[in-house]
Amino acid sequence: MKKAIIELTDVNFRYEQRIVLEHINFTVKDGEFWALIGPNGSGKSTLINIILGLLKPEQGSVKLFGEDLEHFHHRELIGYVSQKSNSFNSGFPATVLEVVRSGLTRKKGLFKRFTKKDREQAMKALEIVQMDDFAEQNIGELSGGQQQRVFIARALAGEPKLLVMDEPTVGIDQQNVASFYSMLNRLNGEHGIAILLVTHEIDLVTELATHVACLNRSMHFHGVQSDYQKIDHQSISKWYGHPVRRLHQDEGEVAE
Amino acid sequence: MIDALFTYEFLQNAFLSGIIIGFIAPLLGLFIVVRRLALIADALSHVALAGIAGSLYLSQQVLFFSALNPVYFGIGTAVGGSLLIERLRTVYKHYEELAIPVILSAGIGIGAIFISLSQGFSADLMGYLFGSVSAVSRQDLFVVMVIALIVVAFIYFFYKELFILSFDAEYSKVSGVYSRFIQLSFMVITALVIGASMRIVGILLVSSLMTVPVAAAMQIAKSFKGAMLYSILIGEMAVVIGLVSAFYLDIAPGGTIVVTSIVLLLMILGWKKVRSARQVLLKEEEVV
Repeated sequence: MKKAIIELTDVNFRYEQRIVLEHINFTVKDGEFWALIGPNGSGKSTLINIILGLLKPEQGSVKLFGEDLEHFHHRELIGYVSQKSNSFNSGFPATVLEVVRSGLTRKKGLFKRFTKKDREQAMKALEIVQMDDFAEQNIGELSGGQQQRVFIARALAGEPKLLVMDEPTVGIDQQNVASFYSMLNRLNGEHGIAILLVTHEIDLVTELATHVACLNRSMHFHGVQSDYQKIDHQSISKWYGHPVRRLHQDEGEVAE
Repeated sequence: MIDALFTYEFLQNAFLSGIIIGFIAPLLGLFIVVRRLALIADALSHVALAGIAGSLYLSQQVLFFSALNPVYFGIGTAVGGSLLIERLRTVYKHYEELAIPVILSAGIGIGAIFISLSQGFSADLMGYLFGSVSAVSRQDLFVVMVIALIVVAFIYFFYKELFILSFDAEYSKVSGVYSRFIQLSFMVITALVIGASMRIVGILLVSSLMTVPVAAAMQIAKSFKGAMLYSILIGEMAVVIGLVSAFYLDIAPGGTIVVTSIVLLLMILGWKKVRSARQVLLKEEEVV
């Protein structure tokens, strides 16, 4: 039996009067690759922020790695990658290695300085994302796709059990998106890291993930990928609130 | 000059303090610049002005204050101001930067009142505004040394946390690194550095020593460590050249130090331009 690493039970959340999340039940287990999909404003980011501990649910329970959110002190088990666009200023004087090593900050703890071993650890993470040749380059000199790989390496440096990604491919060109996703597959398959990927692109990801969750204020679907593929267009369009064409292997079209 | 340095205690005080602040001001300044907080340094130095002016005025009126070094009062008000800015930032959640002009105006306003209330400390005041080679006492030097120790220890022990807070504040929160303690300490430390530096570069120019060397260093540095090293090097050059010329020309060192650092910045910008032009030329030759 695989261990549950995220366990949300009957979670509600509202911003002032507006209900954002309603009766959310959501479980992610060790080694699973989840795609969390839903239209804009469906509460995806709110749900992620609750899981990351940035927001408190109004009601319901949140458990991470079997512990209640309030008592969960092992943030280093969770690696986080945000949208590239809003995470840093590109003129920042730092090398790729310095950025990746900073992912170890929490794990090291207060008053401890980085050592040679931490450097090696950061290099190892860079090798996983195939960016080790860029270690001494300035982070601002890289392309968007390369930067995003570096941020994944930063998240991987602390050897997390779960990788949470909020629309990581925004601002990356299509060609790089494909290789980005195949890298995620490798992380999940070879390294056994559980992944929770938030996206509004429902095409590529749902093919890739082992599990799919459809969110629009409430959880409309929540299960294995093969079951998701059986759902007809009409139902998905209804959840989305507008027509959605879904990518099928034979069609090759992109969801709206 | 060397002879004078051995002969006069005030010169030793000025140079030793200068070398120390040439180290700590750009060192902390790097974090301030990359966090886009340069204006906070400005605001805090103006709060220090209120403290200095208040202390100078009170020293004319109350016996107790005449024995008190105005620098302490200036540092005290700057630290108070830093805590106030933090407090105001949480009041104006969506306009955090509004805290800065509010505090800055309060500092100048209160300073202006005390300056006009009192008579006859214009020479003293000039020294505080633009720095002074002759007015640094042993006690001032001692204060600078203690502050330098605190600053260096703070950055040494919290380097990782400060780096991640500067590079990506959101990530620092998500990864559980962010703490109110570090943020608050950072503000207080900034106030302390301003207090330490104002005797040499003056209240009005303190923030320049924290930002201009960093602005120059960021043009040439690839890494954060490199930016730190270059900032300190440029800061030290500016302080030494500035102090020597201030001594010989008999002008306020704040002016000479800051102008030197600006010249260094321009030189680096010019050098970069020449270098990139040459690279373009070389490439063209290759093509031909």
